[in-house]
Amino acid sequence: MKSGKFWAWLVFALGAAYFFIPLIATVEFSMRMRRGEYSFDAYKVVLGDARFQATFGYSVLAAVFTIILGVLIVVPAAYWIRLRLPQLRPIVEFITLLPLVIPAIVIVFGYIRMYGSNSPLPFLATDTGTNALLVIGYATLALPYMYRAVDTGLRTIDVRTLTEAAQILGAGWGTIITRVILPNVLIAVLSGAFLTFAIVIGEFTMASLLNRPAFGPYLQNIGANRAYEPAALAIIAFAITWGCMSLIQILSRFAPRSANRPN
Amino acid sequence: MADPFLSIQHVRKSFGATTVVEDFNLDVERGEFVSFLGPSGCGKTTVLRMVAGFEEPSAGTIVVGGKDITRLKPNQRNVGMVFQAYALFPNLTVAQNIGFGLKVAGMPRADIDARVAEMLGIIKLPQMADRYPYQLSGGQQQRIALARAIAPKPKLLLLDEPLSALDAKVRVSLREEIRSIQKKLGITTIFVTHDQEEALSISDRIAVMYGGKAEQVGTPFEIYNRPATKFVANFVGTLNVLEGTVTDAAAGTVRVNSEQVSLKGKLNGSKSGDTLSLALRPEAISLGRQPGRDSSLSGEISEVHFLGSVIRVRVGIGGNTVSLDTFNSPATPPPAVGEKAEISFSSSDMLVLH
Ligand SMILES: Nc1ncnc2c1ncn2[C@@H]1O[C@H](COP(=O)(O)OP(=O)(O)OP(=O)(O)O)[C@@H](O)[C@H]1O
Ligand SMILES: [Mg+2]
Repeated sequence: MKSGKFWAWLVFALGAAYFFIPLIATVEFSMRMRRGEYSFDAYKVVLGDARFQATFGYSVLAAVFTIILGVLIVVPAAYWIRLRLPQLRPIVEFITLLPLVIPAIVIVFGYIRMYGSNSPLPFLATDTGTNALLVIGYATLALPYMYRAVDTGLRTIDVRTLTEAAQILGAGWGTIITRVILPNVLIAVLSGAFLTFAIVIGEFTMASLLNRPAFGPYLQNIGANRAYEPAALAIIAFAITWGCMSLIQILSRFAPRSANRPN
Repeated sequence: MADPFLSIQHVRKSFGATTVVEDFNLDVERGEFVSFLGPSGCGKTTVLRMVAGFEEPSAGTIVVGGKDITRLKPNQRNVGMVFQAYALFPNLTVAQNIGFGLKVAGMPRADIDARVAEMLGIIKLPQMADRYPYQLSGGQQQRIALARAIAPKPKLLLLDEPLSALDAKVRVSLREEIRSIQKKLGITTIFVTHDQEEALSISDRIAVMYGGKAEQVGTPFEIYNRPATKFVANFVGTLNVLEGTVTDAAAGTVRVNSEQVSLKGKLNGSKSGDTLSLALRPEAISLGRQPGRDSSLSGEISEVHFLGSVIRVRVGIGGNTVSLDTFNSPATPPPAVGEKAEISFSSSDMLVLH
């Protein structure tokens, strides 16, 4: 018994060390810009850099559009599959997993070939088109997370009966999705949204190959050319990701409680 | 019935190769309360869902108020429905749930509020307006679901086993409440249940269903006392079945365990020598000879269960056993197992099952 506990704690300590030591080291390093004392100078430099503000702003905007696109695609699709096509679920689940298996670089090369300036769909001919393509690519990358989050949310409600209850009261599809389904899976959608946000903020491959002024390429650029700032940036990016995760945790406490007890 | 309000005509429903509802016919008058009663899987829900518009009939028509609604979508039918699983919207308050249909219909805010308040009064939960469904008991949730269904003044109210998720006490009180609200509002109602007591106690008429067909449609009194088929007789109430042989078809005499019973006018079509199933309700049988009972059979007491005010006695008659109930009387001790006994009944109470 006692030794079992000892080993459990040891494994835990090793895991924690594996996780925290590099983190602490990075924090420590990022604060050593000024010789002989700790300071937040690196952070000041980074946050004061106009390119940081521009690229971060760009990525936040891209994330917002990606989230909107993802919600518009995933919520109706996941809802319809639960309602009418449950036999398709394994197939759809497999498809949504593909972005995890296919490297982003493959997807983006595909895009470049498909949507070049002399293709029938010349997304890449204009800046707006390229931005749109980037958002579409991000939505693909975020699909596995978004779909799973929404599908899990839908599992907690009795989709079919609630739909029928709304229908018989006179509601059409628009009303059903916006007033019945979406509010009940809102927390799930939000957690999908924060995961999407975290992915988009740090994404490098697509933004770089499509030559977009996003945060990922900026991070890489700074990392290659500076000493202390990359550490500060890494900590900032880490804080953003963790902020998103904590928001998911906090929001899930507010999920509308299901009162359906079908038997 | 001159002009039925709801008319279900020759409705059939198949899922793939299996036919679930076959040639279902039913006319319901305005303001009538009709129950669908039948065993699990007999197609009650399927018929109800076709009336609601959730399933499309493979054949046949459904007419409400003179209008053919067979192909209309559920949201165009102006029908109210209460589900077994309550199906309240978890994200909306009680008041918002009740007002949902009104809001969808575009009713002005003030009118919605007034109607919701009226509904909360009708279901006797006026103080619950701002609660969420998870803060309510099952019985309260189902009352809210009822209020939500009737708030938009639907032409029809459909209830699919609305009480079966509730415990016994709530079930009885709520069914009476549903019935009294239905009477007060005069709303034409179909109530699905597999609980015969429920159906018998609150319906104007009952459609007993079996294998996708309406076996018999009639008042609770008719269904119980004059079941049209063997299935109805067996499914509704307790029944004692005796085997008998026709000895003289013309005179209407039947031999049961070497005794003669006269069943004049009940044997329609049977020939001498035919074997028949004869059925008696427990309450139609008395122990010992009683005045006014024209027939009797002798047997032996096989079981006695003292239940308090009632004593349930089982009497073996040849190879058959019949149950009967007698009231406890403090002056006379209950019969003993093994005693010879005679049972008496009126031959007019005997059902011949074809
Ligand atoms: N969508 C469907 N696809 C295939 N078969 C179905 C479908 N819906 C119902 N059935 C079948 O139709 C038959 C009747 O079902 P229904 O739900 O109407 O029965 P019920 O009388 O309401 O039973 P219960 O009392 O158990 O609710 C059942 O055998 C069921 O398996
Ligand atoms: Mg059913």
